[in-house]
Formats: sequence, structure tokens, C-alpha cells
Amino acid sequence: MDQTGTMPAVSNAPAATAARSTFAQQRRRQLLQGAIVLLLITLLPLFVTNAYLRNVLVLTLLYAALAQSWNILGGYCGQVSLGHALYFGVGAYAASKLFVDHGVVVWFGMLAGGALAALLALVVGYACFRLKGHYFSIATILFAEIGLTLLHNWDYVGAATGIQWPFGADSWWTLQFARDKTPYIYVALGLAAIVWLVTWWIEDSRWGYWWRAVKDNPDAAQSLGVTVFRSKMAASALSAFFTAAGGAFYAAFVSYVDPDSVMNFRFSLLMALPVVLGGIGTLWGPVLGAALLIPLTEFSRSYLGGGGNGVDLMIYGALVMSVALIKPEGLVRLFAKRMAAR
Amino acid sequence: MTALVEVRNLTRRFGGLVANNDVSIDVRAGEILGLIGPNGAGKSTLFNQIAGAYPPSSGTIAFDGRDVTALSAPARCALGIARTYQVPKSFDSMSVVENVMVGAFVRHASSAAARRAAGEVLAFCGLERRAETMAGELTPPEKRRLEVARALATRPKLLLLDEVLTGLTPSEARQGVELIRRVRDAGVTVVMVEHVMEIVMPLVDRAIVLNLGQVLAEGTPPEVVSNPAVIAAYLGERRRAA
Repeated sequence: MDQTGTMPAVSNAPAATAARSTFAQQRRRQLLQGAIVLLLITLLPLFVTNAYLRNVLVLTLLYAALAQSWNILGGYCGQVSLGHALYFGVGAYAASKLFVDHGVVVWFGMLAGGALAALLALVVGYACFRLKGHYFSIATILFAEIGLTLLHNWDYVGAATGIQWPFGADSWWTLQFARDKTPYIYVALGLAAIVWLVTWWIEDSRWGYWWRAVKDNPDAAQSLGVTVFRSKMAASALSAFFTAAGGAFYAAFVSYVDPDSVMNFRFSLLMALPVVLGGIGTLWGPVLGAALLIPLTEFSRSYLGGGGNGVDLMIYGALVMSVALIKPEGLVRLFAKRMAAR
Repeated sequence: MTALVEVRNLTRRFGGLVANNDVSIDVRAGEILGLIGPNGAGKSTLFNQIAGAYPPSSGTIAFDGRDVTALSAPARCALGIARTYQVPKSFDSMSVVENVMVGAFVRHASSAAARRAAGEVLAFCGLERRAETMAGELTPPEKRRLEVARALATRPKLLLLDEVLTGLTPSEARQGVELIRRVRDAGVTVVMVEHVMEIVMPLVDRAIVLNLGQVLAEGTPPEVVSNPAVIAAYLGERRRAA
């Protein structure tokens, strides 16, 4: 007790102690839920043998990780970025360039791409965090579009033709698997699990509380010792790091990057929408949102697709509107009764 | 008594309006100081500059023997200046205890320690039963208490209260007064902005009356209420209005 005499020790009322222990229980329960979901998904490839469905599973897990990363900045810190395609693309290109030109494996490419994107996020943040609300979101779109235009015209990274990964033997080291895509399921799952765990940890850390304070009321946060600008920068860098790691994984998965296949505005939307659908600023929202939205996208693309590039987007629109009307806090709140205190 | 805050020649302009004009005041360590005056007198402007919400146009502010004029609000909070807002600004997506933890993190790095400290402050402010309630669900007087609790969690030497007692029922106001006395008794210097004299006068050790951006009078409550300039500028008007 470091309450050196300033405050009379009225502490440790039984009620407060009880509240603390239920909080600890709740935190442990979340971990248990996470472990169960992880186990179930690990077993999933035993039942899902169809190559197409496995492909959908990889993408779903990847977007669960990406949405969870987006949620760090957009959900907890309240800064709605619509330019995360920039970080995704940076990760994808960094990993591709490093592997194709320098033989650096994608495992390192994920870290290098992540670090580069985090740095870039600080630059973008320095410029954009002076803006608030919608103005911030619009500015992030601009940065991603500038990135896309640069890629289209930058010969060093293949300009509009992009970078093709060389064909090689199947290997965990290079993360190249031509025939059986199962390993990608586990890598995407690992990535999603790591970002989930980081988010879980953040929820009860100083940063987590500060970020939510910044989201709810920046002025009050300032007066309580929270350096608002720095908080936003930290959230932004962390969010960009994991987004780029996802981009690097995606590059290895499809073995090919070009500007529009990794930095299109569509990616920015696809990272934000699952979070909005599942529950913004919640631990399970992004996972739930991705699990619904990504299979739906893929199926609608393959069954309704063909010429109609856009039907899937209409379906998103309808979904997001329904959620906004019926359950604005996100689908995760449908389970809210079980998570009493939250 | 030594001065905890020394405000010297403070001037603040908003465009053509001079909200504070060459204000110099001291806040003594351990006292409850009332900052009073009619609407538009410049109380909130002075208050906000001490808290660091915006910089003065000219003049200096020293806190605890150190010039803090150029410091940001978070840096001043770290030194021991805490404030509340007239319109409560609670973090509504968080529970009451989590709101208080945000303040406690200034002094504690781990969330377990911050949670413990927040629990103690909530008990001190009589909010321990509401710890797990979402902040948005509190009643208005409870929200005022939360403002105070959150500020206290930063372990301030100076607590700035912006009209915490205004708009409360008499019994709520009495409980508020009692809380403020206990805060002072715990060693925290208190500056409170109020414009309802009847509430503050019995509570404060000293009062400073502002009018038209300048210090009009300064002294103990009996001195201040008998000051002819104060009566003319402020009390008289109010008596007439009532």
C-alpha cells in the first residue's frame, strides 16, 4: 500500500475485493475461451478437406488478425482509419522485395515489414492526428491513395506489374506451399492468435485504459495525465505493425503482389468492416465479424461473382446497415449477458 | 503559510476580449480557496490556465516553486495539479473503477496497483458500491463525485474544482462540502470556482473575487462579503435579481 498517508486507509472494503476477484476471473475466462476457439480451429482442417474451403479458411483467419489489428487503433483508441491498406501493402511489398531480391525469408519479412509500417504509421500519425473524427479518416484514405499511386510508378518495386515470387520447393522455411495449403491455415491462425493475445493483454494495461480514455474524452484524458498525441501514435504504430505482418503473410500465400492486389482501398474497408459488424473496441468482435463477413464475401464472389464485381460489396453494405440499426454495439453484444460485467 | 501556486501578471485574450487582465494571485498550501465572481468575470479562464488547458497570452504561473507556464496539462498533472470539469466528462465506455484507474496510472505502472488505488479513492469518495457500474449510468451527483475521484486518483497536491457544487440539491451539496473538507484534511490544497456565494462562503478559508477579468477583492469570507466593491459588482446585483 503506497498510499503514504495522503488518503486515509478506508481501503479493502469487502465489496471492492470481491469486485477485483470477479474481474480476474473474467480475464481468465477470456483466456479459456481463446484457448477453446484456438483448439477448435486447429482441428478444423481435419474436417474441411476441400481446397476452396481451406482457401476461405485461410483468408478468414487472416482477416480476423487484420481486423483485430485495426481494432487496436480504431476500436480502443477511437481513431477510425480508412487507410490501413497502406500498411498491408507495405508489409506485402517489403516481404516480397526482401525474399525475391535478397533471399530473406518471409518470417523475417513480417518483422521488417511490420517495423517499416510502424514507422510509416508514425509519419502518417504525425500529420493526421491533428485532425479529428471524419477529417482524420479522410486524411488516412489520402495517404493510402498516395502510397498506391507511388507503387504504380515505382520501378524499384516493379511498378504496375508488381513482384512475382519464384517457384520453389514446398518449405516451412520459405513459407511456400504449392499444393497443399494447410500450413497457411496454421500460420494465419498463429497470427490471429498472437494479435488476439496482444489485444487481450492491452485491455488491462495502462495503454488500454489510456486509449479508451482518449476515445471517450480526450480533454478529460489530458487533465488526468494522459498524453493524448503519444497515445494515438503508440496505438497507430502497433496497429500498423500487425497489419503489415498480415500483408507479408498474404504475399507469401498468393506468391505475387501488385499495387492493386495489396494496397487497394478495398483492403482498408475489409479490415474495418468486420470490426464494425462484430463489435468495435471489443476482444471478440473482430473475430466474430471476420468469421461472418469473409466467408460471405468469398461465397458471394464465387457464386454471384462473374461480371458483377460489387455484389459482395452490396451485401456488406446491407449487413453493416442492419447491424447499425438493430445492434449498433456489434454482434458480440448478442452474447453480452454471459459476460455480465463488461 | 507558503504559496503553492503563484500567478503573476496573467493576461489572456480571446480575440479582442480580455478574459484575464494582469491577474496576480497566490494559492496557499493547505487552504481551500474560493474563486468567485459573476458570469464572465474570468474565473474559468484563470482556472483553465492553472490547469494547463491553454497557455496565457502573457504572465507566469509557478507551482510548488517551479515555473509551469510552458508545461502541458498532462505534465502538470504529473507534478500534482488535478482538475474536474463543470460539465462532467466521464469516460462512458468504461466502468466507474476503470474511469478512476485512468487517473491512477499517472502514479502506478501496473493495472493491479492502479485498480487497488482506484478502489481506495472510490471508497474515500463514497462511490465504492458503484465501482462496476458503467460511468454513463451514474446519476448527475454521482458523476460529480466520479470527477473528484478521478482527479484524486492522480494523487494531486492541488485540486481544482470547477463548480462541483452548483446545481445540487441542498443535501447533495452538504455531502459535497463534507467530501471537499475531507480532501483538504488529507493534505490536498483546493481551489474551487463557484458563483453561488451561499455555498462557498462557509466552506472556504479565503476567497478571491474576480470581476471583468481583474481581481476585485481578496480575503476571508467575512472580509469579502462586506467589501463595498464586491457588493456593488456582485452581491448587490444578485440580491436585486432575487
